[in-house]
Amino acid sequence: MAAPKKGRSASAQSKPGRALALILIALVALTGGMFASGHTTPRLGIDLAGGTSITLTAINEPGQPNAINKTNMDTAVEIMNRRVNGLGVSEAEVQTQGNENIIVNIPKGTDSEEARDQVGTTAKLYFRPVLQSQVGTGATQTPSASPSTSASGSGSPSPSSSDGKSEDKDEATSPESGDSASPSSSATSQGRALTDALKADPTPSGSGSASAKASDSTSPSASPSVDAETQALQAKFAALDCNDPKQRAEAGKGKTSDVVVACGEDNGSWSKFVLGPVGVDGTEVEKAQALLDTQSGTGWQVVMDFDSKGEKKFADITGQLATQTSPQNEFAIVLDDEVVSHPYVQAAVTGGKAEISGSFTQEEAQNLANMLSYGALPLTFKESSVNTVSPALGDDQLHAGLIAGAIGLALVMIYLIVYYRGLSVIAIASLLVSAALTYVLMALLGPAIGFALNLPAVCGAIVAIGITADSFIVYFERVRDEIREGRSLRPAVERAWPRARRTILVSDFVSFLSAAVLFIVTVGKVQGFAFTLGLTTLLDVVVVFFFTKPLLTLLARTKFFGNGHSWSGLDPKRLGARPPLRRTRRSVPADPKEA
Amino acid sequence: MSKLGDLGARLHRGEVGYDFVGNRKIWYGVSILITITAIVGLAVRGLSMGIEFQGGAVFTTEKTSVSVSQAETYAEKASGHDAIVQELGNDTLRIQISGVDTAKSDQIQQQLAKDLKVDADTINADLVGPSWGEQVANKAWQGLAIFLVLVVIYLAIAFELRMAIAAFVALIHDITITIGIYALVGFEVTPGTVIGLLTILGYSLYDTVVVFDSLKEQTKDITKQNRWTYAEIANRSINSTLVRSINTTVVALLPVAGLLFIGGGVLGAGMLNDISLSLFVGLAAGAYSSIFIATPLVADLKEREPQLKALKKRVLAKRAQAEPDDEEPAADGSYDDEPADATPAVVGPRAQSGSRSRGRGGKRR
Repeated sequence: MAAPKKGRSASAQSKPGRALALILIALVALTGGMFASGHTTPRLGIDLAGGTSITLTAINEPGQPNAINKTNMDTAVEIMNRRVNGLGVSEAEVQTQGNENIIVNIPKGTDSEEARDQVGTTAKLYFRPVLQSQVGTGATQTPSASPSTSASGSGSPSPSSSDGKSEDKDEATSPESGDSASPSSSATSQGRALTDALKADPTPSGSGSASAKASDSTSPSASPSVDAETQALQAKFAALDCNDPKQRAEAGKGKTSDVVVACGEDNGSWSKFVLGPVGVDGTEVEKAQALLDTQSGTGWQVVMDFDSKGEKKFADITGQLATQTSPQNEFAIVLDDEVVSHPYVQAAVTGGKAEISGSFTQEEAQNLANMLSYGALPLTFKESSVNTVSPALGDDQLHAGLIAGAIGLALVMIYLIVYYRGLSVIAIASLLVSAALTYVLMALLGPAIGFALNLPAVCGAIVAIGITADSFIVYFERVRDEIREGRSLRPAVERAWPRARRTILVSDFVSFLSAAVLFIVTVGKVQGFAFTLGLTTLLDVVVVFFFTKPLLTLLARTKFFGNGHSWSGLDPKRLGARPPLRRTRRSVPADPKEA
Repeated sequence: MSKLGDLGARLHRGEVGYDFVGNRKIWYGVSILITITAIVGLAVRGLSMGIEFQGGAVFTTEKTSVSVSQAETYAEKASGHDAIVQELGNDTLRIQISGVDTAKSDQIQQQLAKDLKVDADTINADLVGPSWGEQVANKAWQGLAIFLVLVVIYLAIAFELRMAIAAFVALIHDITITIGIYALVGFEVTPGTVIGLLTILGYSLYDTVVVFDSLKEQTKDITKQNRWTYAEIANRSINSTLVRSINTTVVALLPVAGLLFIGGGVLGAGMLNDISLSLFVGLAAGAYSSIFIATPLVADLKEREPQLKALKKRVLAKRAQAEPDDEEPAADGSYDDEPADATPAVVGPRAQSGSRSRGRGGKRR
């Protein structure tokens, strides 16, 4: 009876094998892909695999109502990523979640306390004068011992209050250091120039002393041991290999008053630096902006505004630097102990405004501006939740979840078998196909979009068993209703389908809608749950359309089902079907032809 | 099972059935009572908010020989705050300390490890700032609002506005009941609970949609006959989909029960338990509301429409004549007489019958 029907469902009716083949091929292909890619198990979330998950929430600072935006969140993620992975943990992941949260997941085996310290702390942005620099990596030929000493000494005169005098001294020292360092430094400066934005205004440095005081006190007293210190520093500089992440993480550390060695990235390759004591603190930058300089055609540049304290210090330091030769006329912008930029100074910058120009791309300029304007992190964060899970307990949870899932599945199967008898074979097969598809997709989505199976996601998958089974029930009950009307199985299967299909689609759509809204709006653990729910709802539709329905069509042709065997679940007698009384059939006015 | 199958058949034929719509006043009353209880419970007892909403720390230890009361003393000493200690399966402890901030909890964890003589690394720590739960909850409310708006729009398009409104009311009703039960029983509200609650939204609508779908189908040309009122057909829809509704609810509850009693039971309190508990309560409420509230409400709303009012009048007038042998002025001729008057309030039109439906089926394609 089914065969001659035309229309949309005709192909599904007449060629149920095709749909079945399609979904089986898809399943095999996906499984093949899973094995080929080597990701045969879903990636586990921190709560199952063990590890630490930190949720940081951005706080609205007074006076910066719009600071929490996508750009800033992205910058923060980038910085945090650098920090956590600087610990030597390559697997740590940092992601934004929602509009104002950042989730940092640190897998087991990491020092989670150190990670926590690193991640949330704000600001470690400094301006330090460059004393020596070298492009490339590896151990270097040791430059003459003098430059760093003399340079660090160059800070000391400044507290003596007049800039002009100190410059003399600096000049005196520069040739010595310039010798060894200049060949390399010319490459690193990249033509970025710091120019004076406002007219010169020789400000005597009261504040310059802040940075220099330390060196002031040390240098005289240290003078007998200067050589030893210098040599140690030189040895350190020579030994520093910036290609080694561990050494890189170590480099740059030191007190603000110390001379330090540090690494920085230039166009993809690492350079190393010897840096003087901190000249200006990052917090003294009031704001920085990336601007496109349309007039001079120099392209993107970063414009900084200092607060009054920073203004003075910056005028000091640039005043000194401007008189020097490369690379000692550069100052390094050091973020989290790493040199992010090192423009050279053309003239003393006074008036609290400075431009950094050079061959920036828009993105680079904006990044730098972001870093400059907000200290290190563009936003202030607080820890909203920290979840440390020991691998053993995560394991327990996963097992409990799996057991619960298996038991839930078994219960549903038993119910289906008892209630639907033979039909349950179809339902169970569909459930298994659905489960297989879910598993494979979860495994594949791990590497593809970073999906991680966490506890709520396991929960979602278990709940989805019910949703999936619901669709079969809607369909099966429809078929049984048709049989009760006196139809034989094959037409009953076909006639029940369009109506069941509509019901299934409408209710699945509602389920999917709730999952989608949950996923978009919510944060944290809720998202994993919503994602799984949405995924399984979609799969439910696929399975019902391409597996359950065609399979039932096929099986309806068999004797067992077609003739309504008493164990088929479709026995007309059991279902209480009335014999098809062709003549005396009753009809109903509420259901006339016209639609 | 044959009996159940038979019941299904008789329900389908309309031979048996419960007059859901006719008795709706009773069920409205029940629901209003439950809702009032829920609100009173909420007002008087309030919700017992989990640590996630107050800020605090939950530590879960590995196997330890330390007793619960001892652990409590240790925890209170280490933190200076009240601690709640529960024993979970296989000798693990769950220590809950409220009011500590995330920064301080590190020390507490170290101290606890020392006191309980376990390795600090094997202690699970869940540290939550006080505003985290609030944020989760706020997002949840936001999600709820957006979902409700979208779903009402969708249902208004897929079905009609009155059904959408009824579904909306039923949904609110489910949420109220669930929250009320939480307040009355004193279950702890955690983000897991919120997840469960939000899931109910989609789920509870499932049954409602199934009934509405049948209702829409059966009342398509209702004004062209004058044998049945809308309410009667609505009641018939509920009854004929009753088996389906019960089955879907049972099947949905089974895995959740598995989660609740096995997953949660083995591990004690935790995310699994929280989600499944609220799902369990909410699913049951959802099944109830879709049968007893949503559809009768649709009937109530629909019967305010003038043409359905007129229909009701016609039907009642016709019944008053008490003459069973009236021919319907409907599209098709040659009806048999329905022995309908035996159970007039319950029996509705059969959805379709053999050849006619087949004809219609042909037309639809």
